[in-house]
Amino acid sequence: MSPQLVELLVTATLQTIYMVAASSILGTLIGLPLGVFLATSRRGELLSAAAANRVLGLVVNATRSVPFIILVVAIIPFTRMLVGTSIGTTAAIVPLTIAAAPFIARLVETSIREIDSGLIEAARAMGATPAQIIRKVLLPEALPGIALGLTLAVVSLIGYSAMVGAVGGEGLGDLGIRYGYQRFMPSVMLAVVIVLIVMVQLVQSVGERIAARYDKRAPKDRGR
Amino acid sequence: MTVAAPLRTMTEGTSISFRGVSKVWPQAGGAEVVALRGVTLDVPARSITGIIGRSGAGKSTLLRMANGLERPSSGQVLVGADDVGAARGAELRQIRRSVGMIFQHFNLLANRTVRANIGLPLEIAGVPRAEIARRTAELMELVGLAPLADRYPAELSGGQKQRVGIARALATTPCVLLSDEATSALDPETTRSVLALLSDINRELGLTILLITHEMAVVRQICSHVAVIEAGEIVEAGDTYEVFARPRHPVTRSFLTGITTVALPQFIADRLRPERPAGPSQAVVQVTFVGDHATDPMLARLTRDLGVEVNVLAGAIEEIGARPFGNLLVGLEADREDDSRAYLERHGLMTRGLGYVAATG
Repeated sequence: MSPQLVELLVTATLQTIYMVAASSILGTLIGLPLGVFLATSRRGELLSAAAANRVLGLVVNATRSVPFIILVVAIIPFTRMLVGTSIGTTAAIVPLTIAAAPFIARLVETSIREIDSGLIEAARAMGATPAQIIRKVLLPEALPGIALGLTLAVVSLIGYSAMVGAVGGEGLGDLGIRYGYQRFMPSVMLAVVIVLIVMVQLVQSVGERIAARYDKRAPKDRGR
Repeated sequence: MTVAAPLRTMTEGTSISFRGVSKVWPQAGGAEVVALRGVTLDVPARSITGIIGRSGAGKSTLLRMANGLERPSSGQVLVGADDVGAARGAELRQIRRSVGMIFQHFNLLANRTVRANIGLPLEIAGVPRAEIARRTAELMELVGLAPLADRYPAELSGGQKQRVGIARALATTPCVLLSDEATSALDPETTRSVLALLSDINRELGLTILLITHEMAVVRQICSHVAVIEAGEIVEAGDTYEVFARPRHPVTRSFLTGITTVALPQFIADRLRPERPAGPSQAVVQVTFVGDHATDPMLARLTRDLGVEVNVLAGAIEEIGARPFGNLLVGLEADREDDSRAYLERHGLMTRGLGYVAATG
């Protein structure tokens, strides 16, 4: 590969990292509280707001059922309103975040629902407020599961970020399509795929390490 | 075992009283499930009171009312001067801090160390960090877990986990401790040591303990008072020794089977008939020795004074609440049953006819 191509590859990698990192962070900022709310707000639960739970559940499901490539196109007006343009790396963060947030919310919800209800009861018996139960019991106990869920979300976002290349986003996917496919340069395609594989591997092993580090359950109780 | 580092005496003693407490769960279609029907029960201050019942009898619902985890449909639940059933929000949370609770499955946080688990109620109560460190150290000493302070629950045995549960329940210096089948998941030996710890805590800290169990052996080992619950109603309640000595309700008797009753040898049980047969026969009588008479040689006196020959078929003498309690199954000549039983009862023993066995040729 020529030095120009190497430079393109490096730029595209950084763009992908930027898009994935930004949308992961924003998606978590929205998805984490949403997931906590979904996990604790059915009738008779900690926050007990059944109507709000149902409405948010519907919104989450609706968002998750739209194929990502359709979502990207469908929200172009919204993206333009937010970022001023619908083309480019920063603009791509908007659909990526909107796709990530409900996904993360469901992953967080599942992790929290796995916690033994006896722990919530014990905390209530200690005189804990719902906020204290969430902060001191649910989140720390669900942390390993949440870490694994976020790993899964980031890996999915790496995949999605390649798709936004099709609508003017930049990054590795865009490079692979335009040079590897349209200009028929198999070496570029190969390089893009290798970089993506390395990124996914890194994210996965870091995520697993964090999850294991905070998981003090007996081995037999893990991954319920 | 003695309590290593006594904490300050927490209270002058707090009693719990349930007054006409009912709990009804409405079901779909207008039906309802009645868990408790007008339960009235007084748990004396500083007592260890056991509520015993089969599963589904309502004992868990009743216990959980004492810290507001369940709300009565009607009636009143008082802990000391606090009306727990009527308390809401911040007031209820404040009451809960003075009522500790331990659980069958311990309910410890897997991702917190022993020390941090014990400190949790203090964090919740907003106690300063230095004070939490001091207090948790004291509590770990109390329950004998100091060397395990930095372990996680997954590394502990069941008995150790329950000790953590007990230390955690005591963290906020409560005046009442609720125990929800705390020893049901433990083996017999561990059960005994955990019960001994509860008994020490009761004595040294003056804590009122209300526990539920389905095992009479638990009641026998530590309870000063007992209440028997069946189908949402208290069918019998009182001083443990009195209830053991004079059980009135069939449910109580069935719980006491194997605890205060001794089994007849099989070859006699097989021949036992409720009606007295024609011809020579023996009456089988259960004689219960309680209190001061438990150690008197009454059967020897019966033979001496009335000339009745007594066949001892089975028997045991044990201790309940540090008082001797004896039970004998004896065979007497059927003709002499009435005057023998009258003689024994006159001398403070209790007798109960179990049936008759025809004399073998």
